Amino acid sequence: MSEGEDGPQPPGGARAKARLHIVTGKGGTGKTTVAAALAQALASGGGRVLLVEVEGRQGVATLLGGPPLPYEEREMVSVPGGGTVCVLAADAEAALLEYLEMFYGMRRAGQALNRLGAVDFATTIAPGLRDVLLTGKATEAVRRRRGSRRRASDASPKAPFHYDAVVMDAPPTGRIARFLNVNSEVAGLARVGPVRNHADRVMEVIRSEQTRVHFVSLLEEMPAQETRDGIAEILGLGLRVGMVLVNMVRPPLLDEADLAAAAEGDTDPDALSAGLEEARLEAPGELAAALAGEVRAHALRVRLERRVRSGLEELGRPLLELPLLEGGVDRAALDVLARRLAEQGVRR
Amino acid sequence: MTPAAQERLDADALVDDPGTRIIVCCGAGGVGKTTTAAALGLRAAERGRRTVVITVDPARRLAQSLGLESLDNTPRPVPLSEGAAGSMHAMMLDMKRTFDEVVEQHADPDRARQILANPFYQTLSTSFSGTQEYMAMEKLGQLRQSGDWDLIVVDTPPSRSALDFLDAPKRLGRFLDGRLIRFLSAPASTGAFRLLGAGFNLVTSAIGRIVGAQLLDDLRSFVSAFDTVFGGFQERAERTYRLLRTPGTAFVVVAVPDTDAMREASYFVDRLATDAMPLAGLVVNRTHPLPEGPAAALGAREAVAAAESLGRSDSHPLASAALRLHAERVRTRERECRLRDALLSSHGGVRVAEVAALPEDVHDLAGLRGIGEALASASGDR
Repeated sequence: MSEGEDGPQPPGGARAKARLHIVTGKGGTGKTTVAAALAQALASGGGRVLLVEVEGRQGVATLLGGPPLPYEEREMVSVPGGGTVCVLAADAEAALLEYLEMFYGMRRAGQALNRLGAVDFATTIAPGLRDVLLTGKATEAVRRRRGSRRRASDASPKAPFHYDAVVMDAPPTGRIARFLNVNSEVAGLARVGPVRNHADRVMEVIRSEQTRVHFVSLLEEMPAQETRDGIAEILGLGLRVGMVLVNMVRPPLLDEADLAAAAEGDTDPDALSAGLEEARLEAPGELAAALAGEVRAHALRVRLERRVRSGLEELGRPLLELPLLEGGVDRAALDVLARRLAEQGVRR
Repeated sequence: MTPAAQERLDADALVDDPGTRIIVCCGAGGVGKTTTAAALGLRAAERGRRTVVITVDPARRLAQSLGLESLDNTPRPVPLSEGAAGSMHAMMLDMKRTFDEVVEQHADPDRARQILANPFYQTLSTSFSGTQEYMAMEKLGQLRQSGDWDLIVVDTPPSRSALDFLDAPKRLGRFLDGRLIRFLSAPASTGAFRLLGAGFNLVTSAIGRIVGAQLLDDLRSFVSAFDTVFGGFQERAERTYRLLRTPGTAFVVVAVPDTDAMREASYFVDRLATDAMPLAGLVVNRTHPLPEGPAAALGAREAVAAAESLGRSDSHPLASAALRLHAERVRTRERECRLRDALLSSHGGVRVAEVAALPEDVHDLAGLRGIGEALASASGDR
């Protein structure tokens, strides 16, 4: 791949130094889909990308049409040009046990902790521990270098990174700031000690130039509002915001004049009726009246969408678009979405 | 397509029934739970009931849509139009304040002060996951007991899973009453936990190293002050849980027609059945029903074919666009009906109300009233 400056400027740090891409957005905006497409786009041209899922929903498995994924980094998608996307369905409990074993050699203690209720406590009740375990998995993958078995520190610091990029399918905007602000979260329980140190190491990666938080929105009021609020919160934490990805964009079907007329309820029924008649549809007059209503609703929605879009543009972030795909999202659809991202400048 | 046998959720019958005392709105994030709760509350109030709506949503969207500057832990009156037969109040749950009030209510002033100042208590009451759900249930129990309300409508906290509303309070109660906290707060020398057997020493030393001595001290004084005050957290949680099983409670599961939200709704419906909790029905927000009339009979394939036939001559761009638009709309509707029917076929007898997508979000009482009307007259056949 050429690293030339001739192409479009990569948006939102999608090249440059960014290696951890955190994808958030309001529930229902298609975060998982966008995160998967982003991972694929970043892998195109021979990259090795890890897609980490942290909400325990098995959303990636559903998307790829497979059975639930185990807790391991598994190669799931081969991208044209030799790239690969690995997927990890991160699980707080497994991460905790792995962590205990890795750092304390406490495999047996893990069982005792489990009986005591400590594992349940750490992964579901204690503030921030679950989050630091999950973000810890992603940041560890970001730091890992080739030739090391697990721990980032094993390998020579000159070895290339194991993953070229890590994409996280993160919690929704309502919870993202809390989720990423791990060390203030764990402070209530651990002001000193190894948990605190671990949180600090995680935070170091999240705060670094390597990390970008991307927001998925729709052209609707609430998702756009949450994007605005979320960006303010993330900036308030001193983290870096990347792109705004507008998902499920519908193509314009009417020209400007027709849109304007339709929005005012001035669609010409005769023109419509004549067209329907030429298409040999029954009762063209009645049908035209009904369709004029649908056209008006569409025109009003387009008007609202434009208002929302200009609000999103004012955020001053790179704005990328992904089309609404008829018939839902599967592997083929992901290819389309990844290509669209690449066309808009997303690359390593 | 033939929709699965489907019964309509009758929102008016639900809110009018004097036997309905609690309505709990649950569902995935972003499906419009808060709006649904507020709309049901408003409809009940305008139809004559003394209603209070509890929201736990930190985005304070309900506050905005109710025209209130802020909601705090006390029910605030919502000004209704003249002619409203009942009354409406709204409150936003302040979980820390609710917890503090529980402490103050049960402990003598000295001990209450001691507990409220304890750092472990402060973390517990502000940032443990599950505290929000626990306190929502606590508040629900209080409001129910006060006798001031005909109907309490609850909007459940935003969380990873809708099931958290049912599970988190008990989980937290289990922790607070459980072995771990006894173990951690036991004096270091007692050995009361020898029975844990292998790994015990490692555990003690690791926990000490991980959480630090200060926290263990805080925890010890918290537990000793707390023990004498409460009858047990788990028991308390179970009491409110039982309230949710009484016949006066109705669960309304809220969803939107997408795969994730419908799957979450389906989990929740299963869970309610398992726990013998009364499900009033499913509200599907933001659907796209087709208007009645000749357009309803025009299928997607037919519309696209007609548009294509026009496209070749390029003489009727407006009609061609209108037909494509219609095809898109029909396909959207088909997808929605498929999702809905899939849920209904695996959960027979669930009553459904659909609320059609609005061009703009609801920002005021008029908007909420509109949603209430849609809920009351909803049918999802088209």
